[in-house]
Amino acid sequence: MQRIYLDHNATTPLHPEVKKAIIESIDVFGNPSSLHEDGRRARALIEDAREKVAGLINADPEEIMFVGSGSEANNTVLSLVSCSGARCSLHAPVESDLVISAIEHPCILETSKCLKNRGTTVKRIGVDKRGLVRMDDLEQAVSENTSLVSIMMVNNETGAIQDVQRALEIAHASGAMFHTDAVQAVGKLPLDVKKLDVDFLTISAHKIYGPKGVGALYVKKGTPFCPLIRGGHQEMGRRAGTENTLGIVGLGRAVELRALEMEAEAERLTGLNRLLREGIESRIENIHFNSDPACCIHSTLNVSFEGVEGEALLLYLDYEGVEVSTGSACASGSLDPSYVLLEMDLPIEFTHGSLRFSMGRSTTREEVDYVLDVLPGIVRKLRRMSTVYGGER
Amino acid sequence: MSSWLYTDKVKDHFMNPRNIMFDDEDFQFDAEGKTGNIKCGDEMIFYLKIDPDTLTITDCRWKTFGCASAIASTSVLSEMIKGMTLDDVRNITNVDIMNELGGLPDNKVHCSVLGDKALAEAINNYYRGHGMEDKVHDAESRIVCECLNVSEEEIEHAVLEGARNYYQLQEMTKVGTSCGKCEDDAKERLAFYLDKHFQINVCVQT
Repeated sequence: MQRIYLDHNATTPLHPEVKKAIIESIDVFGNPSSLHEDGRRARALIEDAREKVAGLINADPEEIMFVGSGSEANNTVLSLVSCSGARCSLHAPVESDLVISAIEHPCILETSKCLKNRGTTVKRIGVDKRGLVRMDDLEQAVSENTSLVSIMMVNNETGAIQDVQRALEIAHASGAMFHTDAVQAVGKLPLDVKKLDVDFLTISAHKIYGPKGVGALYVKKGTPFCPLIRGGHQEMGRRAGTENTLGIVGLGRAVELRALEMEAEAERLTGLNRLLREGIESRIENIHFNSDPACCIHSTLNVSFEGVEGEALLLYLDYEGVEVSTGSACASGSLDPSYVLLEMDLPIEFTHGSLRFSMGRSTTREEVDYVLDVLPGIVRKLRRMSTVYGGER
Repeated sequence: MSSWLYTDKVKDHFMNPRNIMFDDEDFQFDAEGKTGNIKCGDEMIFYLKIDPDTLTITDCRWKTFGCASAIASTSVLSEMIKGMTLDDVRNITNVDIMNELGGLPDNKVHCSVLGDKALAEAINNYYRGHGMEDKVHDAESRIVCECLNVSEEEIEHAVLEGARNYYQLQEMTKVGTSCGKCEDDAKERLAFYLDKHFQINVCVQT
């Protein structure tokens, strides 16, 4: 059966050109730190990729460090807050505050919990019904004690685009550093780190048709830094470990392709997203959209169906060849439904029945039409057996 | 399609659930029982038709707001109980249901107790309605986990059956596996029964 992949926020398939670039480099085995020819060949590929990544976000190449994942980049930045070594480049006192949003990726939320246990004051800023971080609350929370503010650029579940510019101004006004997890934004929205004046920015390769296991962290020149992984001079002493040459080649090619494709794709996906949204709205009643097109990215549509459970929906769709994700508790293996939807104050009956459609470069109108063909029947089937829909309550 | 998340039998019962209560069918029943809570993401109702002379279940229907495992395990349970006496049905455990399904992933085991518990409620409902209060189970036992209707008695029973830590207790009773609010209470009860029956002193993290 032909699979319809609408889970691009989870991960993306390799772009054929990325695949080609990786295969072309597959025999480059040299250690990029070696001085001989094999080493130099690997080094050249890495530095070439660094220039490409820097180019996409208007950074200088030396401001880009390669890491093993977006999660690693985020862990690296947050770990700076607890660093208090007298000889360290960063003199942030241990009691300095960390301010994050309540809808950050778990790699930020979990790391901040750990920091809290070590004595850092962590302030979590909530969101409004549309999933936008409350800037008034952020302004209240940030003080001279704040060393770092971390607000994601685009939320992975709803696609809500945060006012990073404003958040950054609030942080800088109090002398705090500002980090943004941009893994869901890079390659989808135009980004200029110089204009934005961000201190740290996280990029992940596999969200933009690159390989898994590689990402990049932008660190503005002159920003205090302390490595998370120590014991090597790689990446200007910022991240020990022999570089993942092939992964980095893939990331470099992926960002290059994003620069070429993202503008036309944004326009195309905006249309398809609208089609999907309007199609669902006209075919299925008692639903709630968790993505507001006025403030959400073109590729994501999160919608809840009253009276049905998300995992059941997901698996029926999977059976029909459509691959999506859900914020239901049952699907995640945890006991709670999506914390992002809960933070948005979504009525509880909607939180367990959410689906996230995330489109990408391969998504077509025919695929959206097919989803609109099969989805109403699936929702109807589940609602007929539901304790909380129609019939007796 | 590549291997499914669940066994073929789970898939079959999920795709084609048996004995669902459809509102247009006008199914006449003698007892009903409900468990779970929409807030916890799982809710289940069982409807039973019972032969008053033999106290045998002649037919049943159910409804659920739940995931694939909840749908499949309840569907298979609804097939198992037809023709069984109420006393025999009481002895069905979620392990029996899982065996019938050929197993469930570990994190899905708790979904299989929903049907079981709704069924127990329906049986109690029948006894109460037919002057057999003495046969009602768990009537006075305090409910610890409101989401999944887990009583103190069930926690005690699980401890007697081998639960030695909170994880095992959850595996067996599903206590606190939904909203989690009762965790401290359940851990305290666990410690109490471990001490009472086995003189085991545990440090309960709360």
